[in-house]
Amino acid sequence: MSRLLDRRVPADRRVELAVALLLLAAGVLAVGFAVIQLADPDTQLLGLTLGLGALAAATALGIAGRLMVPQETRIEPRPEPVPAAPGEDVADLAAAGSEGISRGRLLAAAGGVAGASVVAAALAPLGSLAPADAGIGSSPWRAGTRLVGEGGEPIAAADVELGTFTTAFPEGADPRELGSPVVLVRLAPGDIHDRPEWAADGLVAYSKICTHAGCAVAMLRYGRFGAHVPRPALVCPCHYSTFDPADAGRVLFGPAGRALPQLPLRLTSDGGLEAAGSMSGPIGPSWWSVRRS
Amino acid sequence: MIVRGLKAVDRRAGGTHPVRFAMRYVFPDHWAFMWGEIALYCFVVLVATGVYLTFWFDPSRHQVVYQGSYVPLRGSEMSQAYRSTVDLSLDNPFGLLMRQTHHWAALVFLAAIVMHLMRIFFTGAFRRPRELNWLIGLVMLMTALLEGFAGYSLPDDLPSGMGLAIAYAVVLSIPVLGGPLGYLFWDGAFPGGNAFESRLYTVHVLAIPALIGALIAVHLAFVVMLRHTQFRGPHRTERNVVGSPMWPGYALRSLSLFLGVAAVLVLLGGLVQINPIWQYGPYEPALATNGAQPDWYLGWLIGALRMMPNWEPNAFGYTVPNPFFGGAGFPALAFGVLFAWPWIERFATGDRAEHHLLDRPYDAPWRTAFGAAFFTWVLVPFVAGSADRVFVGLDIPYEGQILVLRVLWLLLPAVAFGLTLHWMRGVRRREAMRAQQAAS
Amino acid sequence: MGNRAALPLAAAAVIGVGLALVAPGLAGGASAPPSQGAAVAAGRALYVESCSSCHGMDARGIRGVAPSLAGVGALAADFELSTGRMPMSDPAAEPVRALPAFDAAVRHNLVAYIASLGGPGLPAPDVTAGSEADGRRLFTQNCAGCHSVLGAGGVITGASVPALQQASARQIAEAIRLGPYLMPRFGEGQLSDRDVASVARYVLSTRNPDDRGGWGIGHIGPVPEGLVAWLVGMTAMLGIARLLGERNP
Repeated sequence: MSRLLDRRVPADRRVELAVALLLLAAGVLAVGFAVIQLADPDTQLLGLTLGLGALAAATALGIAGRLMVPQETRIEPRPEPVPAAPGEDVADLAAAGSEGISRGRLLAAAGGVAGASVVAAALAPLGSLAPADAGIGSSPWRAGTRLVGEGGEPIAAADVELGTFTTAFPEGADPRELGSPVVLVRLAPGDIHDRPEWAADGLVAYSKICTHAGCAVAMLRYGRFGAHVPRPALVCPCHYSTFDPADAGRVLFGPAGRALPQLPLRLTSDGGLEAAGSMSGPIGPSWWSVRRS
Repeated sequence: MIVRGLKAVDRRAGGTHPVRFAMRYVFPDHWAFMWGEIALYCFVVLVATGVYLTFWFDPSRHQVVYQGSYVPLRGSEMSQAYRSTVDLSLDNPFGLLMRQTHHWAALVFLAAIVMHLMRIFFTGAFRRPRELNWLIGLVMLMTALLEGFAGYSLPDDLPSGMGLAIAYAVVLSIPVLGGPLGYLFWDGAFPGGNAFESRLYTVHVLAIPALIGALIAVHLAFVVMLRHTQFRGPHRTERNVVGSPMWPGYALRSLSLFLGVAAVLVLLGGLVQINPIWQYGPYEPALATNGAQPDWYLGWLIGALRMMPNWEPNAFGYTVPNPFFGGAGFPALAFGVLFAWPWIERFATGDRAEHHLLDRPYDAPWRTAFGAAFFTWVLVPFVAGSADRVFVGLDIPYEGQILVLRVLWLLLPAVAFGLTLHWMRGVRRREAMRAQQAAS
Repeated sequence: MGNRAALPLAAAAVIGVGLALVAPGLAGGASAPPSQGAAVAAGRALYVESCSSCHGMDARGIRGVAPSLAGVGALAADFELSTGRMPMSDPAAEPVRALPAFDAAVRHNLVAYIASLGGPGLPAPDVTAGSEADGRRLFTQNCAGCHSVLGAGGVITGASVPALQQASARQIAEAIRLGPYLMPRFGEGQLSDRDVASVARYVLSTRNPDDRGGWGIGHIGPVPEGLVAWLVGMTAMLGIARLLGERNP
């Protein structure tokens, strides 16, 4: 089938010796690997022995493949498609199956409609997976829900000083639920431009889940010193959406399309904090009907 | 002795025609044709190391308190998935080697696929009759991207958990169906019900590897049926293949390539640390770390997400969320162009012929220029996604660099196109003159 | 010494005694050494020479340039001076860690002078009493968003965030209590002294993370990993391919 163009038989005993030595080296390294694994396993040594052993074997085979075995260059014709007998090619065979059918177009159209409808119908139950759109973007916060810390202990308002932030969770709810974590920031009361009645003694709370893509808004920049510092802002470390805690969570920079939802706060009689209502809007990333919920 | 053994098998197995066919099969063996093979061998290493990992990893979100050997994690709550990965990494040195080799293999697997794709593109190997193979290759690239993402998200560590949140946001951003799809994949709202982790595991360990394996088989079957392409050269025509027969040279060299690929991956796996999840801590939705990044092959998406202005168009109460543009629209457009390319080129050039001889990049200056522009367009988001720390270290504020990169995203591809077209035409002229002189 | 200098001196003496009396309330409760007077005077002279152009001759700040130093205390002064952030030449720029402009003895005097204006004393975190595990948890919850979970620093809109491997335990405690530049501050209600010691212990441990997987390539994650995959991995693959394959068909 193929024609020989060129054939070289190397026949070099030194090459054969080199290949043999490399194979032996691979063997030694393999044994070394086993010994290290059984005696005192160490990731670096295991990697070195196994890797270098494979490399030795690879080198042996590569040298053998290029410098030891006969090197041939052959020419092979590409397979020509065998022409079918007239009326025997794939299209004709398929067409033969529809001999006698006269309403071909009608059937094809009906089949098309059926197929498309079945596919669309199969997608319909997907809608049932989202239990009433309110599932996405909802949070467990309600009026009267106390703010607690990571371990469930109530947060004391006085503990959160000016120029700091902390994370709070709703008492009694699952802290891992996306709607649970809020970030609590104390601002100078005179600095709060929007919804000042939602602040409690200068403390404001926002959903900690970025409205862009759902990362935790875990950065607060707050400059107490210096005349040239940018205004206080909550910033998300994923794509740097920047939100203004003094202005209802408005987006100052970055790709987020919605302000950070705010939670109204009030002080409790024992110096703690509780929600004065639910979130100002859906939490977390936006979806198709986010502005309808 | 070997000869007697082979004869014995020959007599009994009966179907030796495929074996003889294989042994005589002629491979053009230019080194640039090896990227596909390298990718294949990375896949083999991934499966082999992956099997070992499945003996250790526990795909469960069940929360436990760590009391193991690593002090900084003691007393911390974490999922069983995270703990099993920590235990594998810290209490089993060979296990850490397997885990790191597996992860390095994933990074190199995707890099090799990209190099292979670029070689196919810039030599015109996707032309008739190989368009179907081009499509299969692209599907494999897409599934490999998904597979890698699923793989590094399984350990439920802090940065990969953040990545899953972003993936959730991108799914949610799909118009109309986004919400239900998100609920479907995550078994409820993010961070997901108990089924999420085990479903992700099944996808990563069974569904996608089986799919990729099947696609590889079809991909290679097509290569064998159509025979490999080759560069122009002495004795080479559109109707033949010139190269080395499989046996003995090519088989030994292929085996050497496999062992070489495995060697590089194992050496990386043992010597260079990758994804040290014990240092990152477990994921909680309320936590985040600065500098969280996806693995390299998703860098284009984090960059696109960062570069998008905060468009979130809405009308009649319906919204197209911002992550759609960078996270879904951009990759859909890129892959759309790639999928359509053989037909775009056919339409633009009117060339409907079969091609088995490859172009040098300068043989098709327009294709090469377009490719340079396209890959530049894909490359700029990588810079936006990864270089924030570098630029701020150079005193370029983050906001400024984003503005500049947005402009570059539009400008650089055009520049790349122009420069490449000019350069390739120049090379083609020179090569033509050289050929003329050689002939005269 | 004129009247102007005598008044801060007397105030320093009163504050020094007062500090000693209320020591438990302050982090570590550093008490003033007996020769405070000379230190404060020397510090004042240095202050006039090196700091007053921005912070004002009375150390009450200059509007639009630099803040008042009254009440910032030894804590702030020691932090800014020992990390080399102060003095800085451009008040509009971000203060960054640098080699301290003054040696320890000079800094001691400057700190004494600023302390004489009131404010918190030097913290003395006892890292051995802290827990690395608690520190990791607290650091991840409160600090990792800016500083990254391994203290490798990072980026925020409007500033860069420093890496922490050069910080001493005292500097870490100072920064936590002070909230320098754009950093939030954490009072004792939020982070107790033991919490601060734990965080400091954790941050110090990030100088030598557990890198049993091999070379840590900078501890900043997938970006250097991707670079290694391409520059080392793919180059090696290319080399192997070129050795095994034909160059010129």
